[in-house]
Formats: sequence, structure tokens, C-alpha cells
Amino acid sequence: MQKYSFNFGIWGMALIIIALSQFGALDLYIQSVIMFIGINIILSSSLNVVNGYMGEFSCGHAGFMCVGAYVSSILSVIFFSQNAIFGAPILPPEFAIIGFPIVVIISGLVAGVTGLIVAIPSFKTRGDYLAIITIAANYMVISAIENVDVIGGSRGFMGMKRVVNAMTDVIDLPWMMIWVILGTYMSIWMIRRFVSSTYGKGIMAVSQDEVAAEIMSVNTNKMKMAAFMLSSGLAGIAGALFAHVLGYVNPQSFNIMKSTECLVMVYLGGMGSLGGSVLSAILFTVMLELLRFIIPAIDTGLHIINVLPDSYHLSQVWKWVLIPLTLILLMQFRPEGLMGNKELPKLFPGLKKFYKFK
Amino acid sequence: MDILIQNLLNALQWGSFYALIALGYTLVYGVLLLINFAHGDVFMVGAYVAFFVATFFLGIVDLSPGLTLALTVPLTMLLTAGVGVTLERVAYRPLRRKGAHRLYVVITALMCGLMLENSNLALLGASRKKFPELLDKVIYTWGNVSVTNLKLIVILTAIAVFILLEFIVTRTKIGMAMRGISYDKFAIPLMGIPIDNVIVFTFVLGSGMAGLAGLLFAMSYPILEPYMGALIGWKAFIAAVVGGIGDIRGAFLGGFLLGFIEVGVVAIFPSTYRDLFAFSILLMILWIKPTGIFGVAKTTKI
Repeated sequence: MQKYSFNFGIWGMALIIIALSQFGALDLYIQSVIMFIGINIILSSSLNVVNGYMGEFSCGHAGFMCVGAYVSSILSVIFFSQNAIFGAPILPPEFAIIGFPIVVIISGLVAGVTGLIVAIPSFKTRGDYLAIITIAANYMVISAIENVDVIGGSRGFMGMKRVVNAMTDVIDLPWMMIWVILGTYMSIWMIRRFVSSTYGKGIMAVSQDEVAAEIMSVNTNKMKMAAFMLSSGLAGIAGALFAHVLGYVNPQSFNIMKSTECLVMVYLGGMGSLGGSVLSAILFTVMLELLRFIIPAIDTGLHIINVLPDSYHLSQVWKWVLIPLTLILLMQFRPEGLMGNKELPKLFPGLKKFYKFK
Repeated sequence: MDILIQNLLNALQWGSFYALIALGYTLVYGVLLLINFAHGDVFMVGAYVAFFVATFFLGIVDLSPGLTLALTVPLTMLLTAGVGVTLERVAYRPLRRKGAHRLYVVITALMCGLMLENSNLALLGASRKKFPELLDKVIYTWGNVSVTNLKLIVILTAIAVFILLEFIVTRTKIGMAMRGISYDKFAIPLMGIPIDNVIVFTFVLGSGMAGLAGLLFAMSYPILEPYMGALIGWKAFIAAVVGGIGDIRGAFLGGFLLGFIEVGVVAIFPSTYRDLFAFSILLMILWIKPTGIFGVAKTTKI
């Protein structure tokens, strides 16, 4: 029993969060922060497969998120909601509860196939050149979507809120919260299984030395393809959840800045450490939200002691000065990140009692 | 025919900016094997420095526009080079001293770029700056083809800078030291070559070129905004890679190639397709030649 207490703790926490949001104990803002934490956990841990475990440098992660977001939005709007462009829903909106997870999984698959854009050129290229390919892929995805006028082009696309509302009409539960928690749990589970399998060993071999791994009969191309497709597929799932939480998608919200956020989370947590990814995603999201309140407070404080001129106010932009600064300092003093290639039980061996993983 | 020549000239001008920025990327990469992702934002800083210097001389000192331009060019290059060297001193050198993994330096560079653009936005606000006129516009026309003097200056500057850099790298002592460092970073200090000075000189060259590009860009398209360096920087970097990073001829060629592709796409298709086509073609090139046009395939020893 003691061995399973970690799993019970996770599920118990999820149930408590769902119950609290059901009975209105958490206001909508806190709920949305929790959902973004979940989405960011998926993003950072999926990028960790490529950037941490495989040791490549992919910086176009938001492009795949964009694919997932758009595919899921379009599918769910076509199937479950009335829309000006696509007309009447194909299926009755009550089916959204069953249909939504299928839509999310399909969007993950499509994003995974999009990952091939990056995976196939990466057979020959490594390191810096791969960085280019991923950036280019990110731009290509955004540019391609902006040029399709049917789905709104650069104006964005909306209508997913109706699908979410259709779910709550059937059974009154905080559905998006449930899906985000499920998606987070499943993706962490999947990555954990993946990196501890033979494939995972192959990927770590690629990260150590690709040529040597090839000689030792690791099929590096297959490994790279698997890693890239898993990583981009999960990013697509994160994008699908993101689109339905917000209810609005815009290609420009998945630009290089978003990719940089993912990179910050991975390197903050530590490369090749799932626990680190989860921790850093939580820390990063909470930090972003706290800065929303801290910056105005600092602003008024500085105005009281007359450091700043009256005409100048600290804006929310300073957030994006502080975050890179954090990462620069981190790289100077602890370049391996918070956890540095280790999992939690390795850092705290006492945890092994409560934790079972075959 | 006239349209073709007109587009060709536009492509040459557009490619000149890419080439000037790509040269900076390539110089730093060739010596340090470091992708200086902050370079695009150094270009942005260059444009802003040029703006402040120009407005200072025009408004406060009240000089004539021609004299202002003559003073702005060297000052902008110097100050921007100072920014580049500061980045190297504060962010990259400590990491290099520790012998950190290359990836960490790259991430630091990426973050420095973000800091530059966002601190600019935070300090100066989101209002766009209008660059003052420093050059009287002269338009030369042959038939239906019209060229401004500025366009010619930009193209000639890019070519002159390329020749200068090629000369420095292949014919001078310090250029030999640069090539030596890129060949073997560990043996060069043993030969009595001051490795840090050479690296600082590299950053001075690259950032100075970025500053020059920023000034010319601000003169050609006189609206400044904090994020102007980001996209151009990324694209110039990709141009440098397509040419074969670490090779000056490659950067020059790649920059012009990207300019030609973009202007060609805009001439035929709607302008929104520009990024899509440009990046797709570049990916194709990289797929066929993974190390770029002038790149040399490296063998890995185990």
C-alpha cells in the first residue's frame, strides 16, 4: 500500500482540484492558472524528450502546438457546434463529451505527423543546423495557417467555447479542468514509459554519441523519428487543450516567444529530468502570474520613494526582462538546471518508499 | 523587363541587409562555434543608437544633415560594437572560462536577445520612433526603372563590407589568428596568441557591421520598433546557415539568396506567402546540402 501512496496522492489532488472548482471554491482565475500549469507541464516535458533526453536543440516547439490547436479547434467546431463558416454541427452537441478526447488525440496525431518536417531533415543534420530547421518549421506552420482564409487567417479562430459549454450542458462538471488534468497525467505517464523503454535507451545513446550509437546497432534514424514525433504529438495535445481553455486561437500566439517559453521551462527544470520539467513548469507559470501583481506593487513602491519619474510607470513588459535574466543567471551558476538530469527519488532517496515504478 | 530589373534592385537592397547581418553571425560562429542569437537584437540596438545619435546632432547640436550622417556612421558602429562586446564580456566569457557546454552559451545568447528587445520596449515604450531624414533623396531613372541613391549606397556598402572582411580574415595577422582559433581553440593560446583579444575583435567587427546595417535599415525604412531585429535576425541567421555558416562568402551569398527569394515570392504571389516560401526553399536547400552551400562536411572521430 505504501508503495502506491504517490499515485494516490496525485489522483487525490486531482480530485480535490476538480471538486473545489465544481463547488466554486476556486475562482475562475485560479482555475485558469491551474489549467495553464497543466498545459505547460505537457509542453515542457514533451520538449524535454528532444532537448533533454536526446540532446538536440529544437526551438520551434510552438509550431507543433499551433498545429494541434488549429486541428482540434476546427474539428470540434465542425462536429459539435454551429458556426458561420462550417454551418450546422455534424453530430449533436451532446456527443462532445465523447468526441472531445477523440478530437484531442487526432490533433496530437496530426501534430506528430507534422513533426516529420523536422525529423526527416534531422537524420543528416545535428546541433546548430537542427536549430534552424526547427525555427523554420515554426515559421512555416504559422505562415501556412495565416494564409488559409477559411479558418480566419491572421485574425484567429473562435467558437470552441460553445463546444465546452455543450459539455457542461450535459453533465455540469468543470470539463476543461478534467481534460487538462487527464491529458497532463497521460502525457507524463507516456513520456516516463517511453524514456525507460528500449527506445529511451536508444535516445540517450544518441545524445551521448550518435556515431557510436549507430555502430552499436542503435537505429538512430528510427529513434530520432520516434522522439520527434512523440514530442511534437504531445505538443499538439497541449495546443488542443490550450485552444479549448482559451476559446480563441491566433497563429501569432504560437510564435518564437512561445517556443522560448518552452525552452526556458526545460532548461530551468533540468535537461533529461521529468520531475524537473514538471516542477519548472509549475514554478514558471506561478512566477508569471505572481509578477502580474508584483510589478505594479514595485511600481507604486518606487514612486513613493521617488526613484522613478512621475511620467514613467513599470509595465508588464518587465516580466520578459526578468525571465530571461533568471535564465542567464541560472546558466552562469547552475547550468544543469534545478534538477540536472536526475529524477526526484534520486535526489531524495527517502521518497522511494512511496513510489513504485517498474 | 523593366519590372524584372526593378525587382532585382529591390532584391539586392533587401539582400544587402540580410548579408550584413549574416556576416556578423558567421564571424562569431566561425571563431567561437557559437550561434550568437542576440545578433538580430544587436542590429535593432544599432538602429536605435543611430536614431538617438542622429536626433542628438540634428536637434540639440543643430548640425546640417550631411555632417550628421558623417558623424552618425562611425559613432553608431562604435557604440553598437560596444554593446556586442559588453554582451561577450558579461554573458559569454564567464561561461567560456568555465568550459560550459556550447548549448548553454547558445541559450544565454537567446535570452540576451530577448532581454535587449524587451528592455527596449519597457524603457522606451511601444510608440514607434520616426528616423530623421539625413540624406536628400535623389532618384535616378532609366526608362521605368527608378533607383534612389540610398538603395545604391546600401548595395555598395554591403559589397564593400564583404571585401573588407574577406581582406581582414584572409590577409591580416588577426584574421589568421581568428582562423586559427576556429581550427583549434586549445593549441592557439599555447602559441602566444591572446585568444580573448581576438574574440573581442571578432565581436567588434560583427556588431559594428550590425550597427551599420541598423543605420542603413533605419534610413531606408524610417520606422523603428523594438521587435524589428527579431525576425530579420532569425532570417539572416538562416541565410548564413544556408550559405554555410562560418564562411564569409557563404554568408554574403546566403543573404542575397534570401533577399532574391523573398522579393521574387512577393512579386509573384501575395505578400503573405513570403515566409512560407522562403523557409520552405531554405529547408529544401539544407535537405540537399546539410552543411550549406559553402559548408564542408565534417567527419566525426570516435
